Amino acid sequence: MAGKVVLVEDERNIIEAIRFLLSRDGWEVRTHSNGQDAVEILRAERPDLVILDVMLPGKSGLDILREIRADAEIGAVPVLMLTARGQLKDREMAEHAGASRYMTKPFSNTEMLAAVRELVAG
Amino acid sequence: MGSRIRERRVIAGLKQSDLARRVGISPSYLNLIEHNHRRIGGKTLIRLAEALNVAPAVLSEGAEAALVAALREAAAWAAAGDTAGRPMAEIERTEEFAGRFPGWAKLLGDLARRREALEATIKALTDRLAHDPHLDASLHEVISTVTAIRSTASILAGSEPLTPEWQRRFHRNIDEDSARLAEGAEALVRYLEGARDAEADIKSPQDEVHAFLEENGFHFSALEGAALEGGGGAARIEAVLGRSQRLRTEAARHLARQMLRVYVRDARQLPLAALGAALAAHGPDPGALAEALDVDMAMLFRRLAMLPERVAGPVGLVICDGARTLLLRKPVLGFAMPRAAAACALWPLYQVLGQADVPVRLRLRQGEARVIAYAVSEEVAPARFDRPALRRPHMLLLPDFGPGSDALAEREVGVSCQVCPLAGCAARREPSILGGGF
Repeated sequence: MAGKVVLVEDERNIIEAIRFLLSRDGWEVRTHSNGQDAVEILRAERPDLVILDVMLPGKSGLDILREIRADAEIGAVPVLMLTARGQLKDREMAEHAGASRYMTKPFSNTEMLAAVRELVAG
Repeated sequence: MGSRIRERRVIAGLKQSDLARRVGISPSYLNLIEHNHRRIGGKTLIRLAEALNVAPAVLSEGAEAALVAALREAAAWAAAGDTAGRPMAEIERTEEFAGRFPGWAKLLGDLARRREALEATIKALTDRLAHDPHLDASLHEVISTVTAIRSTASILAGSEPLTPEWQRRFHRNIDEDSARLAEGAEALVRYLEGARDAEADIKSPQDEVHAFLEENGFHFSALEGAALEGGGGAARIEAVLGRSQRLRTEAARHLARQMLRVYVRDARQLPLAALGAALAAHGPDPGALAEALDVDMAMLFRRLAMLPERVAGPVGLVICDGARTLLLRKPVLGFAMPRAAAACALWPLYQVLGQADVPVRLRLRQGEARVIAYAVSEEVAPARFDRPALRRPHMLLLPDFGPGSDALAEREVGVSCQVCPLAGCAARREPSILGGGF
């Protein structure tokens, strides 16, 4: 097993595709669709990587990211941000909030796999 | 002004004696006026305008001053964007140009205004694309659906074999997402086609409201007097809004509705009849009127500005908020006001922001325009622990004539820094094309 990834995303078919992709590559994948209690889930799961969408119901991905970085237990986990907005200011906001990497939708599966492997490897 | 009156009289085919009789003055006095030996204003100006069948502003220096201001703004815009070192327009000869070639000057002024309107349209559209929540949500929906389709299709097309179960699931997902994508794309096309169908020069809501007020002459007889009895204000307001072709967006209608609610409230507090009687007794003196009527001065300013010109004469009004954004502009007598840019910081409008309970009255000189300005700040929301009091300064502008005006302090002001010739102004925030060394 390569490691544990938690995917926080509310689009059902994106979840299914990414989960299939990463599972086939040897990753244990947990998914969560709501931003409100995402940080609690992450504290419980202690993943090796978080894939986090920016636009989520309940709480935005950027707010969740800030809470992750402020948390003593899970603050160092690598976080890959997913977003539909590719403007420079959105990238800067994600980096400022503590994203390890930023990926705009739509992404290629190859790009996604490569990013997950690199971020967990450190 | 006298030359303009003579010009209009000649155009109308009237003898001096005929016009003088219609206005109720002697032919010799009219002759002095036409040769610029006497200054007039108020009722005489209004009667002359009525007799010549023109708006009073056409006889005053307003029309030409506005044209010269428009030409200067056009030159300022060209100078600001010029990087090729082309010769600048001869700014110091703007009045001469306008006087010698009025047709060309008007054409240039119209083109400059058109350019400004188009720039405002582009900005409004850009703002809409950047900040429209409906558009944002629609685009997010489309991109998310495309992402799911792309990722799923890539898995299906990959070289690694899939179980029949996974193939079925992914084919179903693509089918679902394709349908969502089609709906999302159709919704976007409908939304954008709706925007294209709108008039090409999409204005900001504030521009639409200004056009609406101008269309109605800043006066709404349907919202005065007996029309408001029995609580008919809200229905009357909606009827007024519904008749306007200028209010195209919900945002503009919302702003206009708020403005008309204030209008109705003011009209109930100070009915037209009472204000008319007070004007007849005291003339357009805001201090005397406020005292006689025992009313709030800001409300009185609004009522005066919203009267038909035949009742109160030419009256201008500017209202801003605590952020100094102009909320209402009613120009008068050649006193130019910026459409979108920040106004001159020397206007007493901004002075009363910092002195809430101290009204200001003084003579303003803006180029060739002379007005008496009255400024007062109105509290629109009281202070709370989570915010300060919210205030809206009002600046009333009246013609510079009448008893007592010579005793007032005078201040030279501009429109905005870009086209202001005042040298050494402590309030200047950017160079002027009219100043030395620009």
